[in-house]
Order: sequence, then C-alpha cells, then structure tokens
Amino acid sequence: MSSLLETRELSKRFVKHLDFAAKLARKLGANVQEEVVQAVDQVNLDIRQGEVVGLVGESGCGKSTFGRMVTGILPPSAGTIHYNGKDISNAASPEGHAAALKIQMIFQDPFASLNPRMRVRDIIGEAPRIHGLLEGQSQDEYVANMLEKVGLDASYSGRYPHQFSGGQRQRLGVARALAVQPEFLVCDEAVAALDVSIQAQVLNLFMDLREQLNLTYLFISHDLSVVEHISNRVLIMYLGRVVESAPTEDMFHSPNHPYTQALLNEVPRLDLRKRQYTPVAGEIPSPLNPPTGCHFHPRCPHATSKCHTEIPQLKGIAPDRQSACFLNETP
Amino acid sequence: MPQPTLDVRNLQTHFFTRDGVAKAVEDVSFSLGSGEVLGLVGESGSGKTVTGFSILGLVDPPGEVVGGEILFKGQNLLKLSEEEMRNVRGNHLAMVFQDPMMTLNPVLRIDTQMIEAIQAHQKVGTDVARERARDALGKVGIASPDERLRAYPHQFSGGMRQRVAIAIALLNQPELIIADEPTTALDVTIQGQILHEVQRLCRETGTALIWITHDLAVVAGLAERICVMYAGRIVETGSVDEVLDRPLHPYSKGLIESVPSHNQRGRRLNQIPGMTPSLLSLPEGCAFRTRCPIADVECRRLPSLHEAETERRIFCHHPQRETA
Repeated sequence: MSSLLETRELSKRFVKHLDFAAKLARKLGANVQEEVVQAVDQVNLDIRQGEVVGLVGESGCGKSTFGRMVTGILPPSAGTIHYNGKDISNAASPEGHAAALKIQMIFQDPFASLNPRMRVRDIIGEAPRIHGLLEGQSQDEYVANMLEKVGLDASYSGRYPHQFSGGQRQRLGVARALAVQPEFLVCDEAVAALDVSIQAQVLNLFMDLREQLNLTYLFISHDLSVVEHISNRVLIMYLGRVVESAPTEDMFHSPNHPYTQALLNEVPRLDLRKRQYTPVAGEIPSPLNPPTGCHFHPRCPHATSKCHTEIPQLKGIAPDRQSACFLNETP
Repeated sequence: MPQPTLDVRNLQTHFFTRDGVAKAVEDVSFSLGSGEVLGLVGESGSGKTVTGFSILGLVDPPGEVVGGEILFKGQNLLKLSEEEMRNVRGNHLAMVFQDPMMTLNPVLRIDTQMIEAIQAHQKVGTDVARERARDALGKVGIASPDERLRAYPHQFSGGMRQRVAIAIALLNQPELIIADEPTTALDVTIQGQILHEVQRLCRETGTALIWITHDLAVVAGLAERICVMYAGRIVETGSVDEVLDRPLHPYSKGLIESVPSHNQRGRRLNQIPGMTPSLLSLPEGCAFRTRCPIADVECRRLPSLHEAETERRIFCHHPQRETA
C-alpha cells in the first residue's frame, strides 16, 4: 500500500541573522558567526493510511518542528513533503492549500491554543463555514454534531473557553480539528498537560475517532507509555535526526539503538518497585553546537572513534526496522 | 516504636474565598520515619501541594490552617511563632518545588544563594559555607562544582537547575524534604538522573522524603508507602505494593487502571467518568460518589478513614475486595 504522507530528507534550519552591530563588528574583524540550529535533519518518514505513528524524543530534539512542517505551519528549509502523492512542501501552492485542510493539528496546551475571546460556536464553526463544509446545515447544527462527536454537550456552544476544564478544552481542540473533516491528525503532546484520568479519556477519544472516521495520526510525545499504548509504529528522534524506527512491539521489546535502550530503561513503570535508577550520563547537548559524528556519542556507553567522526545512516536491520548506529555493522 | 520524623494529624487547610470556603485539605493524617519515602499522589486540585505548603507554614491568605497538628519530631509546628518557624524551615525542613526557574533568584549567582541559605541558620564563615555549598553541588551530581558555583541560574539547563534546588534543600542536612513534583517538568533521562540522586541521598543520609506527584509510575519506583488524595482528603494509604497491586478504593483503582502502561496496548483505557469536582461545590458525603461506579445511597453519608487491613487505611464504605 502506498503512503499517505511521505517526507524525503525533510530539514529545518533556524538561523539567527546578524544584526547591524554584529555585521559591523564582523567588518572590523571580529569573529561573529550567524547562529544556526539544525532543528530537523533530513528526516524520511512514510505514514500509511490508517496508521498511528508515534514520534518520541526529549525536549529540543525537533519533534514539534517536524510536526509543524508536516501541517504547513513552518516552511521546510530543504526536502519535500508529499501527501497522497502530491508535493505539498510549499504551503502556498494549490496542493499545499488543499492539504492544509486535510492535515490538522492538535496542540499541547489547551489553555493557549483556544482564542479566549471566541465562543465555542465560532472556534469550531468558523473554519467549516469559510471552507463551505456546512452542506446545508446551519453552523449551530454543525457545531453541535462536532461537540457530540468529542463527547461534549451540544448546549455548550455559547460558552467561552475559560468556562471549561483542561480536559474539556482539549476536546474542544479536537473538535476544532475535526470540523474541517481532516484525514490526518498531528497531535503534538496532545495529552501531556492533562491529569491521568483525563488523559485516559482523551486517549480513548483518539482511538474511537480513528475507527469512526478512518483517521491517520502522527502522535508526537515525550511520554513513552502513551506512545506505546496508541501507536503502531514508533520513531525515536535525537537532536534533529531519527535514530530508530520500528513497529511498536519490536521497539519496546528489543530496542536497538543505544539511545532508545537508555530511554526505555528510564521510563518509570507501575510494575517496577523500589528500583535502582541507573541513568545515562549527561544531558542533551545544545543544538547550537551538536557533537560531531553520531550526535549521541558523548553519552553513549559503546561509542568508538568512528562515532566521533562519521554520521551513522538510518539502515534497515530487520523487516520494517531501521536504526542509525554503527554497532549494527558487522566488522 | 521510635518517634516518627513527621506526624501529621487531622490537618485541615481551608481557603476562604469570596465564593465560599474551599476545603483544600480536610482531615489529612500520615506519618513517616527517618529515611522513609512517602509518595503523595493525586490529580490537580486534590490538595497534595497545599498539604506540603501547610507543613512548611507557607499557606498564604485567603488560605489558613484551621485544624489539626503537625508534629515534627514531637514538636507541633502549628504552635510555633513565625520566628521559630523560620528557624525550622530550611534548616530541619526543606522543600523542592516543581519549577526550578521560579525558585532560584535569577539575578543572584548560585554561590550567593547557597551561602545565604547556610548563614541564615548557622554562624559560619563565608569560606566554610562556600565549601559546604560546593560539596552539596557535588553530591547531586553536578560536574566541576567549583566553577558552577559562580554561575547564574540562566546558565543552567532545567535539569541542572532542579539539581541546584535539591542541593540547596540539602545544605543544612534537613531531617525532612518535601519534594513537590520536582521531575514533572523534566525529560525522561534527566528525571532518571534526579531520581537516582534522590534515592542515594535518602539511603545515605537518612533524610525522610515526601514525594508529591501525579505520576503513579514514579512513585512505584521510589516510595515505600503511598497516600492517594482526592478532593482534599486521603482516600487510601498503604505500602506501594499493596496499593498499586490491590487498590481498595474505587478512585485509586480507577486511577491505576487508567495508566497506559497498565493496559494492553491498543485497547481502550479504563477511564474514570466525569472530572474532579470543584472544591467549592463538593458532593455531599463521599466526594467521589458522583464518578464512582459502585456508589449507592450509603455514600451520601461521609465515610471514615478506617483501617481496612493492617497498615492499610481507606476512606470508603465499599472497599474493592478481590472478587473471585
């Protein structure tokens, strides 16, 4: 089956341009450089119709930036995004416009992502009205349908966001995304801000909607237990690069990349009591000045001299599994 | 039985707001001995943070501790004057907060802040204090503590800042540390590092620790005993193994079952219906009854926190016994 979404060597660089003073200083011989952050570095990803793909990484690894490029919020610096076979890398192109409606995003912070001055009826109903999706229904009917779909009472449509709790707001965010009849949802830490019991409600909602509406998800999260629960396939990112990609079961059963192993080792679990934590040393290096070669080598227990100089490529190690580590190469 | 380090009895902290009295902490009792780790678990608004603040005497108006006793090594902290309390706080009792960016002063260097904390409680020279500050930084796993002492908080990453906050809490070798969601804002690998340090410190120094969190999985790996809070009350206490493997209160049961790793992958998660009620308009009787699957008429009457089994107390009319 062909892919619904395909990214090829998708990259994003953020450049902090020199201001006038810095340019002047450089003219005078000062050693001033533009600051460049390679937030996402040549990511190839295929997502098939109906799949739930989990994208996992620690803060600053570029997972949100990747999600934002896929939804067209950020333009990529290099590489392409294809949706249903059409190039949507340029969000301003007709293809990009069409895809922007089909790919919707659900944001992390349910308090920041809803306009506090708009009523629910407008938050949810504005986009479908403008795009002519009401199909003869009145906007109120349409909004009521959407609210019911996400498990909220239809009578709430006259309220403002501040009248809702965190979990309800997140449902509003989902309803807003669903209102334009998308095929593909990018959930960026969509349950991270919620309490455990509310998180379970929203995760269930995601799973129900997937069945009812045949949705495809890119599920971005730092929470491995959530990703393990909901995804079919998981990608692990570290400092802008994908280091491992595998079906969920394989990933959690037998992680290949040393970073994945370390990460899985750290996840607190209900069934592990009085455990001895044996953490990986060090922290994520600054993306302004990433390590040479394999980004993970300063923290890796198995690093060799090769890891300092060469960048490992993402290579197949088993059917459907890829990992970017030199350890997999037979000497 | 040796005297417990901390013995909280029937603590009540209420907030007198314009809309009514919010009973943020109601009839909370627990105790812990030296070197013990107690997990205080609950969702937002359950009163776990206010409990911590009450112990440290940090509740500000409109909030007020209106009842109960907080016995710290036999001494009732609620009876102390502000002056005496200041002597205890930071010296014998310390707190680590959730957000390390908010707890460190951004315009002062780390050494200034640490030396101040030492000299506030002990008459020691600056050199001695600096040495102790350096040792404390080393203890929490900060590399090259000598240089780092001269840094400002913004020069540290989030995980490092939290280590500094823990190091400051450790400075005067307190008998009790209250940690309020200290790893919630941190990445998994950094959280692992902090948990590792904390575990080691409790083992080595015999400091008692109250770990306040909403994350059951963290508590599972760290604590010996656990208190589950809901709407201001402790609804269940017991050893970690007992509570997590065999929860008796329907709320703890629902909470544990809603954790994804507890469930089979891809299955629907067990969810607790509804949401936490507002503290201003709690249901009469058991506060959980409107969301409880087994609530009946009896639940309109307030249950009592009773010993269900040895070392297990539960606040429910209908403990969830094993069904055969």
